[in-house]
Amino acid sequence: MCTLLSRVAVCGGTHGNELSGVYLVRELQKTEKPLEEEDELVSVLVVLSNPRAVQQCRRYTETDLNRCFTHATLNGPESDKTPYEITRSRELNSLLGPKGSPEAVDLICDLHNTTANMGLCLIAYSDHDWICLHIFRYLQRQMPDIPVRYIHFDFPPKEAYSLESVGKHGFAIEIGPQPHGVVRSNIYTTMKAGVQHVMDWVRFFNSGTIFEGGSVEVYTMVKNIDYPRDSETHSITAAIHPQLQDQDFCLLHPNDPLFQTFSGETLRYKGKEPLYPFFINECAYYEKGIALSLARRKFTNGECRAHSPWFHNSKVIQ
Amino acid sequence: MEHVSLPALSRVAICGGTHGNELSGVWIVREMQKQQVEKVGSISITTVMSNPRAVEACKRYMETDLNRCFTDAILSAPVTDVTPYEVRRAHELNAQLGPKGSQEAMDLVCDLHNTTANMGLCVIFTTFNWISLHIYKYLKSVCVVPEFVSELFLLFSTAFEVGPQPNGVVRADIYNLMKEALDHLVDWVQEFNSGITFEGGEVEAYVFEKSIDYPRDPDTNELTAIIHPQLQDKDFILLKPGDPIFLSFSGETVKYEGKELYPFFVNECAYYEKHIAFHLAQKTILTIPSVSVEND
Repeated sequence: MCTLLSRVAVCGGTHGNELSGVYLVRELQKTEKPLEEEDELVSVLVVLSNPRAVQQCRRYTETDLNRCFTHATLNGPESDKTPYEITRSRELNSLLGPKGSPEAVDLICDLHNTTANMGLCLIAYSDHDWICLHIFRYLQRQMPDIPVRYIHFDFPPKEAYSLESVGKHGFAIEIGPQPHGVVRSNIYTTMKAGVQHVMDWVRFFNSGTIFEGGSVEVYTMVKNIDYPRDSETHSITAAIHPQLQDQDFCLLHPNDPLFQTFSGETLRYKGKEPLYPFFINECAYYEKGIALSLARRKFTNGECRAHSPWFHNSKVIQ
Repeated sequence: MEHVSLPALSRVAICGGTHGNELSGVWIVREMQKQQVEKVGSISITTVMSNPRAVEACKRYMETDLNRCFTDAILSAPVTDVTPYEVRRAHELNAQLGPKGSQEAMDLVCDLHNTTANMGLCVIFTTFNWISLHIYKYLKSVCVVPEFVSELFLLFSTAFEVGPQPNGVVRADIYNLMKEALDHLVDWVQEFNSGITFEGGEVEAYVFEKSIDYPRDPDTNELTAIIHPQLQDKDFILLKPGDPIFLSFSGETVKYEGKELYPFFVNECAYYEKHIAFHLAQKTILTIPSVSVEND
């Protein structure tokens, strides 16, 4: 059982060159009360997270905004030298948080794109937040034509570093593949539909609909693998192997090809455990030392029926 | 058509990183420099990282697009304190590989690019010359089918454009394709230099006609529509009047008006700022003569 979701935030442009969210937020901001209906129980905030980076069509201007939401960064000292994105994360924390407090918005939905072939992923810090898991299952059912998956990053709230951790509940919607700085209409349409379905679910929930419990498939991030690098220059010496490229969420077995060096040699996966790769060849992760991430897959055993315990109007749901 | 004899191609330059975030060329040049590739048979090879600062920053350019700096006007203007980095660099490259139009210039320059558009392997030339056209004909017979495009404003004599690949990303399959094409180019030059006659014939080429911009908001200049899903990834597939070309953010379809032409560079990332949603080309058939190397 959970309380009403009365304040929801939809955020785009957290990375300024991930354009589906930028254009969707711009489009939503053209109408006065976007995504809201008459007699609404929910108010929706539509936010362009990093306007400077959006303006320059870059991921960030000084530091990655989506790593600036840990408790430590949000509550650190302010000075002339504070990078733009840290100042901005604190502004967003005032607007949508404060993180961890009763004033925080009920739900944050943060919109992202990736160059990896990941379809639509919901990324969250919890594997037992029933709101997020129910929304995920609802999206899967409403969007049967595209792969929809749930990725869990196992970080405690204080260390959770991304924007959606500011809300009481939150997740990122990550859609790929799309080059950064490009807007593809199929990806845009998918994101628009996804956000609409999220809002539909919130409305159903608020009006008292009971969502039956059950089991959902969750990918929990285990580790990252970096590119092989030159020990002196630190430059990469290989690219993702052609047999791994675009194979996000296809099980990677020990000894499967991982990388192809620029001189043509194949390097293989040396881990002992078969794991599920994702964020394979994400452009922005070269500088973070991540060639791909690896996850374990499991089914949650939650039997939580989600419904709001109080509702003003008993609306009939078709 | 009468046979043509041409001088040997003894000096070839391979350039990568003309745009710093088009990574196949960056890594091919780096690998060639690591392997110290300087001579292949009769050919001396010069490898060049065209825009090192942009490569370091993984950006297309620092101040201005290097690949638009090779006009005669820009190359003949004096360099001053306020000259942008890329214009300086164009002057340096012109001295190293040219001067453009002179006897000292490289015999063949191959410039390596990537695009986010679904263009496969494209060979791009500024002017029709028999060497370029024969190289293209040869590549078509040995590689995954390339396309041949003539543009008006390119810097070097030959460019390989391979896509789709996001900027800032290196895909092994694209890297391998570009490397294979480059190896075939070097093979062709060696065979040419050794005296082999290459038969003439007909080649299909796309000649640039015009560009189409995105629909934009007249006040903010922002895009109001994006490439329609039915046009996305359909480079070199004939576009007819009435075909959908854009889908507005509010869901309306914009249709193409104009004569039947072939779109390319459809949804190229770097062209948003240049106000180009896609280029349009005429397809034409060119007849080329048989060629062989001149005897001294």
